[in-house]
Amino acid sequence: MSNENEKLQNFIFRVRRFDPGKDSEPYYEDFVVPCGPGMVVLDGLWYIKEHLDPTLSWRSSCRMGVCGSCGMLLNGKPHLACHTQVRDISKDILLVAPLPNFNIVRDLVPDLAPMLEKHRKLNTRIIREDIEEVLEPTDQYWQDPEDLTAYLQFAYCIKCGCCMAACPTLATDDVYSGPMPLTQGYRYLIDTRDGAFRERAKLLSSEIGPWRCHYAGECSAVCPKGVDPARAIQLMKRELVWDLVKLGKRRHQKPVGLLPKENRATERREGIAEAPEFTIEGATSPAE
Amino acid sequence: MPEIKQYPNKLGLKGWVVGGKWGPERYLYTLHRVTGLGILLYFVMHIFVTATRSISQELWERTMAGVSGTFFLVGEYLVFVAFAFHALNGLRLALIELGVLTGPAEEPIYPYKSSLNVQRPYMVVMMILAAAVVLAGGYDFFIATGH
Repeated sequence: MSNENEKLQNFIFRVRRFDPGKDSEPYYEDFVVPCGPGMVVLDGLWYIKEHLDPTLSWRSSCRMGVCGSCGMLLNGKPHLACHTQVRDISKDILLVAPLPNFNIVRDLVPDLAPMLEKHRKLNTRIIREDIEEVLEPTDQYWQDPEDLTAYLQFAYCIKCGCCMAACPTLATDDVYSGPMPLTQGYRYLIDTRDGAFRERAKLLSSEIGPWRCHYAGECSAVCPKGVDPARAIQLMKRELVWDLVKLGKRRHQKPVGLLPKENRATERREGIAEAPEFTIEGATSPAE
Repeated sequence: MPEIKQYPNKLGLKGWVVGGKWGPERYLYTLHRVTGLGILLYFVMHIFVTATRSISQELWERTMAGVSGTFFLVGEYLVFVAFAFHALNGLRLALIELGVLTGPAEEPIYPYKSSLNVQRPYMVVMMILAAAVVLAGGYDFFIATGH
């Protein structure tokens, strides 16, 4: 333990505070936080809450870069607090502020609701006519590996809002949807299981579409999951332009269906392991 | 449910200019917008100046005399610089926006590489070309014409 303490170094966490009940505008408050090697910013915030000021507020959940709750501005750049080691981005003073381009609810808590509303407006779900099969699936829809690769990168988005905070277009434009909703819009636009290309193209040709993006590229630079929203937005423009001038692949004339019964595998292929035995009596699947 | 007071935290125009420790593409984005507005402003002024010719010969000559001199020569050169940058950067953006310089979607494997890495060599080439055009223009504006 003594060796561990020797490795501790005091950092100043300069945290932007705002209490809607008593403050008219945000201000900065300094906290001295002892940080060891490997300590992430979120650990530092917990240290402040437990030892220095229990009123400090932020949003976090999984602590492992999966839930996307703890996006914040660290030394001027959007990061996940649980994913960023203090010593990697600071030598002595660490500026901690809520994500810009979102209203501040309290301290480090941004209001993500407008972003999620824009996400909802872009119909970010599979839309098909065979509702019965969607609700009560009898088998899986058939996709080539290339079809999967076309959208898989963009499906890793955790909706943390870091890209929205980094976007200079959003800084002056409320109507533009922003990188996260548009990336998810593209993810469904090119999904071969989707049957609503025409409706999506019409929606995206308006001012909420991708046209106000001019590739500052910061959304891709700050994305903690490597989703590359800037790429998705440019590819979306290409799809829409190609569709307008009737060039390129004619996508989604009809969404893919189920694999025909005669083509489905009826026997287990050689080398594929059997499913594990049920561990609980009465279970209907090994995972139960 | 009572409305919760929130503090507006939009960056506004500051979001364009406070680049901080960001990538070169963000600065090009801002410069592209600023040069675009500059060229537009020049275009409007140009229309007003040349429109005087349709009013009278004397007004035209008086206006042309008013916009000659070193100050306006430098101003015109700055418009040329803005044009050279805007045109070549615009070409890069057009290729990016048609998905030519972004590359296809790929599995994100850490350390992540994005479309920024794909287009960056082209960005460097375009900026070198823009610099060459700007230098050649400078020679023509200030040296070859004897100003």
